[in-house]
Amino acid sequence: MDLFDILLSASFWAAAIRIASPLIFATIGELICERAGVLNLGIEGIMVAGAFAGWIAVWAGLPLWGGVAVAMLTGMMLGLVHSIFSVPFGLSQHVVGIGLTLLATSLTFYTYRVVLPEVSSPPKITAFQPYEIPLLSDLPLVGPALFSQTPLTYAAFVLAALTALVLYRTPLGLAVRAAGENPSAVAAQGLSVTAIRMGAVTVGSGFMAVGGAFLTLSAFDSFFFDMVNGRGWICIALVVFGAWKPGKAVLGAILFAAFDALQIRLQQTGIGAVIPYQVFLMMPYFLSILALVVMSRRAEIPNALMVPFNKGER
Amino acid sequence: MRLEPIAAPSPARRIVPPLLALLATFTVATLLALIAGGNPFSVFGLIVKGAFGSKFALLETLNSATPLIFTGLAIAVAFRAKLWNIGAEAQLYAGAVLTVVLGTGALGLPAYLMLPLCAIAAMFAGATLLLGPALLKTRLGVDEVVTTLLFNFIFLLFVSYLLEGPLKDPMGMGWPKSARLLPEARLPRLVEGLRIHWGFGLALVAALLVWVINTRTTLGYEMRAVGQNAEAARFAGIPVTRVILKTALLSGGLAGLAGFSEVSGLKGALTSDLSPGFGYTGIVVAMLALLHPLGVVLAALFVAAIFVGADSMSRAAGVPSYIADIMLASALLFMVLAILLTKFRVRRD
Repeated sequence: MDLFDILLSASFWAAAIRIASPLIFATIGELICERAGVLNLGIEGIMVAGAFAGWIAVWAGLPLWGGVAVAMLTGMMLGLVHSIFSVPFGLSQHVVGIGLTLLATSLTFYTYRVVLPEVSSPPKITAFQPYEIPLLSDLPLVGPALFSQTPLTYAAFVLAALTALVLYRTPLGLAVRAAGENPSAVAAQGLSVTAIRMGAVTVGSGFMAVGGAFLTLSAFDSFFFDMVNGRGWICIALVVFGAWKPGKAVLGAILFAAFDALQIRLQQTGIGAVIPYQVFLMMPYFLSILALVVMSRRAEIPNALMVPFNKGER
Repeated sequence: MRLEPIAAPSPARRIVPPLLALLATFTVATLLALIAGGNPFSVFGLIVKGAFGSKFALLETLNSATPLIFTGLAIAVAFRAKLWNIGAEAQLYAGAVLTVVLGTGALGLPAYLMLPLCAIAAMFAGATLLLGPALLKTRLGVDEVVTTLLFNFIFLLFVSYLLEGPLKDPMGMGWPKSARLLPEARLPRLVEGLRIHWGFGLALVAALLVWVINTRTTLGYEMRAVGQNAEAARFAGIPVTRVILKTALLSGGLAGLAGFSEVSGLKGALTSDLSPGFGYTGIVVAMLALLHPLGVVLAALFVAAIFVGADSMSRAAGVPSYIADIMLASALLFMVLAILLTKFRVRRD
């Protein structure tokens, strides 16, 4: 199969959109945190916890959307923990984030072992099934790629659009952006920087967890220990790549996912026989580093990102 | 609420919050043990017994502490200069890879030449691996947390490739495992007949050296100045970029030594499960030690004891050994908060 055949096949783009979906959820979540001025390195652990919480809830009998809600709440609780440490106390966002990732990951594995002590392979659930949107799914190429996905994928795109709307068109969004750009001005307006930032981190973390849950409730139908596998860190890079804008971040996630889908397909072609498979698996991580390097020159970083705000201090 | 600096903290101010942090950590662990259906007292008892209860247990704890001292030092050195090196895991493997490349037959040297050469090569490998992200930070302002994290994934895949390709042991019955090191490249035991090797001694020497660098050299002073306030340091004429790069070389080198010590002292060959996350645990070790190099030794022993103890407790009491990881992660979070509270007072608006 030749490169053009791959790029023109609907199944390739359908896979790219599917791979992009969890990244979109988590990237939008991280973007909300960072626009408010908080770098959330708990993302990797929150995604692990979300993947597990959503899956175990469905396994225990909740409907699929109930699982999504449980994942969201789990993420919000972890986000609240992050924000308590990082916002009012203003502790190092690097250390708190790494600490939260370690905590969320180990809590997840512990709970797994307590709930399922005897199993050698995790039980399966019935995951979200593709829903073909009438008429639109009949379009050539675009139809199967975009409009024959699972409901959770549609939700990812809706979330990105809503986030853009709220960030740029509402007073709340203005307050969030201002908290990340010029917190003193927010405080001068009589608003609480602390409350805005804590809220943004809590809600953003909820979306990260839904990104994790996409893996167990839509992409696969079970939970594995290493299933998140660095996706959280990739999302941190995607936020930078998207210049902290929801639309660009979604495009970045799709572009990135397309490369991921491509490397999986290239492994099965003639090139795959020559180049070791590990090189293909490295590509997403190299691509993320490349994205960071390329975008580093742009000065669009929220001004107060990683700067704690202590009222009355200049 | 508002934070107010305390001009002269009283002794109680400096001691009570860290103690409360440890108490909080044990409270979390107690609750988790209860949830899993274990009796907390017997769980903690079994952890202590598993870590120190016999000569074998004690040596196991010392052996497990060895790589953690190296990675803890690597992180402590870097974090003190506010270089956020989260890539000690990859740097450890880089050190292990070069040790294996040199020690499995590429060189035929007597042990007194082979061992130092392998150690230096391992430091070089680890240092080189961190130099990339450090240069990206100083030249382009790319956040090193993300690049070092991503490098961990890349380098582990590279190790997996090496173990299935160029470094694969032809006698290994198909397992992804390197050939065994020559006897000349193996660190001897500290005491004949006991499972404790010279890597532990080397780790103690490294801790002492880092302490000397921190307190007795210009570089140590400069690293701290850059960490406290890079702008002020630059204004004071300190070459900030060069100090960051030197810090990276030192930090990466220490992490590389962890790989050398594990392969040459303990395992004798490289597999892709050489480190169960020593690079990440090193962060906890360094933070618990308040970034003090001699504190790192104590913290590494504490952390190793919890891991080794929890492992044997898990077999006896049926409480998952992940309780150890939870304790360490919560200790890390509670401890950074406690350190803040030793210096600041919380005031209500």
